[in-house]
Amino acid sequence: MSTLTPLLSQYWHEPDSFTLAGYERNDGYKGLRAALQRQPPDIVALVKESGLRGRGGAGFPTGMKWSFIPKDSPNPTYLVVNADESEPGTCKDIPLMLASPHLLIEGVIIASYAINAKHAFIYIRGEVLHVIRRMQQAVQDAYAAGYLGSDILGSGYDLELTVHPGAGAYICGEETALLDSLEGRRGQPRLRPPFPAVAGLYASPTVINNVETIASVPSIVFQGVDWFRSMGSEKSPGFTLYSLSGHVTRPGQYEGPLGLTLRELLDMAGGIRDGHELKFWTPGGSSTPLLTADHLDIPLDYEGVAEAGSMLGTKALQIFDDSTCVVRAVARWVEFYKHESCGKCTPCREGFWWLVQILDRLEEGHGTEADLDKLLDLSDNIAGRSFCALADGGIAPVTSSLQHFRDEYIRHFEYGGCPFDPDASTLFTQSAGATT
Amino acid sequence: MTALDDKARAEMREIIARYPQPRSALLPMLHLVQAYDGYVTPAGIEMCAEELGLTEAEVSAVATFYTMYKRHPMGDYHVGVCTNTLCAIMGGDAIWEQLTEALAIGHDETAEDGTISLERVECNAACDYAPVMVVNWEFMDNQTPQSALELVESLQAGAEVHSTRGPRICTWKEAARVIAGFPDGLAQDGVQAGSASLAGLALAHEQGWTAPEPESRAIESPRPTSAGEGAR
Repeated sequence: MSTLTPLLSQYWHEPDSFTLAGYERNDGYKGLRAALQRQPPDIVALVKESGLRGRGGAGFPTGMKWSFIPKDSPNPTYLVVNADESEPGTCKDIPLMLASPHLLIEGVIIASYAINAKHAFIYIRGEVLHVIRRMQQAVQDAYAAGYLGSDILGSGYDLELTVHPGAGAYICGEETALLDSLEGRRGQPRLRPPFPAVAGLYASPTVINNVETIASVPSIVFQGVDWFRSMGSEKSPGFTLYSLSGHVTRPGQYEGPLGLTLRELLDMAGGIRDGHELKFWTPGGSSTPLLTADHLDIPLDYEGVAEAGSMLGTKALQIFDDSTCVVRAVARWVEFYKHESCGKCTPCREGFWWLVQILDRLEEGHGTEADLDKLLDLSDNIAGRSFCALADGGIAPVTSSLQHFRDEYIRHFEYGGCPFDPDASTLFTQSAGATT
Repeated sequence: MTALDDKARAEMREIIARYPQPRSALLPMLHLVQAYDGYVTPAGIEMCAEELGLTEAEVSAVATFYTMYKRHPMGDYHVGVCTNTLCAIMGGDAIWEQLTEALAIGHDETAEDGTISLERVECNAACDYAPVMVVNWEFMDNQTPQSALELVESLQAGAEVHSTRGPRICTWKEAARVIAGFPDGLAQDGVQAGSASLAGLALAHEQGWTAPEPESRAIESPRPTSAGEGAR
C-alpha cells in the first residue's frame, strides 16, 4: 500500500514552524552545517547522484543544471529562486514559504555555496502579502543568526539574499522572463541560447530553481542520497508535494513519493465529492493536457504522466466532477493565456485572442463543427512557434479537451447553449447529491 | 497631486542599494510609489526615472506591463475575486456576480466613497482553498457569495477584518509598502498553515505514516535516538 511521506511539510502543524526557533528545533540548518564541511563540487555531485528533478514543471535534473555553471567565468554567479507560483492549479510553494520559510533559505544557502554564488534572489510573486512578510522576516532572522551575510558559520563563505517582489505577471514564472523582470524590465522571455547558466542575470552565469526544488536540497545533504532514492522511482526519485483542488472531499497538500496514482491520492483525500463522479483533471496545472477517469492508475511521476500523453508539471491536480462543463473550463483557461501572453511573439499574442473568440462562441451555443477544426488549426500554429512554453501550455487544454470531449463541444451547438447548470458545480450548491 | 517626498526618494535609494545593478530596483520602487500615492502617478514615474537614470517612457513601459500597478486610485480595500477556471467553477463566478451587483462597480473600478475597488484576479496559488478571494493581497479562503458580501460590508463599515491565514487586513497603501520591502512587523500574525495545507499531514499522523528513516545523517542529531538503532 502506498503511504504519504511528509518531509517538506513535516512540521507544518507546529504553530511556530515559520520561526527560526521552530525550524532549528527540528534539525533546521543542519544540512547547511554538513554542506559547509564539504567542497562545493561535492555538493553538486551529491545532488546529481540524488536524481532530484526540478519541481517547477519541467523536471530537469537539478544537479545537472548546477553543473552547467562555467568554472572560469569572469562574472559573478547568481542563484535565483523562482517563487512566482502562478500556474493555474499550483499552490504548493506558497504554503511552503508561509509555514517553512527557513527551509527555503537553508536550501538557498546550500545551493549558492555549491555553485559559488555570492548573491541570491527569491523572486516571489507580489500578490501574496503575508508570504512576503514571512520571507522578509525569515531572511532578517537568518542574517542575525549568522546563516547569511559574511563568513557564514565561520566557513569563510559569504552570501547576500534579497527577497524580490514581482508585480503580477504569470509569464515571469518562465525563467528568462523572470530574469528580465528581475533586471527591472517588462517580463518577456529571451531567446535561448545562450542559456541562463552561461548568460543569465546581468548576462552572468545563473541558476534558476523552483522553491520546492531548493527546499528539497537540505534533506538530501543531511540524510543522504540513498535515503532520498529509497522513495520514488529510478528516474523520478524522492518525495514531492501533490496539490489536490476542486471537487474533492478534502482538498489540500499531500506529500508522498513520486509515482503515487490519482486513485490513491483521491482515496486519501476522501474521494470525489458526494454523489458525483470524476470527469477530468489536470496532472500538473492548466498547461498540462487534461486527463480523464481512464487515467486514474498512471503513476504520477515524470515518465508515467508523459507516457499517458500529458506532463507531471507542478503536480497540481485540479479535479472536476461530472457537473462541470469542459467547454467553460477550457474557455476560461484560454482567456487566462490570452491575458498573460507577454505579446512578444505573434502566434501567441494573436492566436490566443482568436481562440477566445471561437471558444466563447462555442460556449454560447453558436459554434459549428468547422470551429472545432479551426481550434485545432490555430493551436497548431501557436504551439512551437513562440519563444517560450506559455504558447505550448496554453493550447494543451484545447487540444486535450477536443481529444477526450469532442462530443461535449458538439452538444453545445446542438443544444444552442451550454447544457450545464453552473450552480450545480459550485461548492456551495444545495442541489441533489451535494448534501451539506 | 503626489505624496512622494524626500523620504520617499531616500527609501527608493535604500531599495536600489539592495541590488548589484540599480535598475533591478524598479519593480519594488513602483510598489513604493503606490504606497505613497495609491497608484502609479506621473510624479512616481518621474521620480523612478530620475533615480535610475531612465527615461519616463522606459519606466512607463515597465509599469504598464504588470497588473499590480494601477493607473488610477484603488479603494482602501482592493478586493480580488479569483475567476480563473478552478475557482470560477467552484463558485468564483457567482461571488463575482454578487459583488459587482451589490457594489455597482466592475473590474478595475473603485466605489465612489473610495473604500472598495474590485478586480477579477488570476490564479493566486491557493486552489485548495477555492473559491478564493484576496483583500489587499491577503488570502480570504473558502468564500461563498454570502460570505463575500459580508466581508465587503465589514470593510465598508471599517470593522476589523482578519485574513483567514494572515493578520488584520491593512490598507492598500500599507500593503504596497510591505511589498516594496519595508516590513510592518506583522510576520508573526496569522496561522503557520491553513487546514487544507495540513490535509495530507493530518492523514499521515492519523495513519502513522512518515518518511523513511535514513541509515545515518551527515550530522548526528539528538532526534534519531527515539527513532531507534538505525541512526547508529
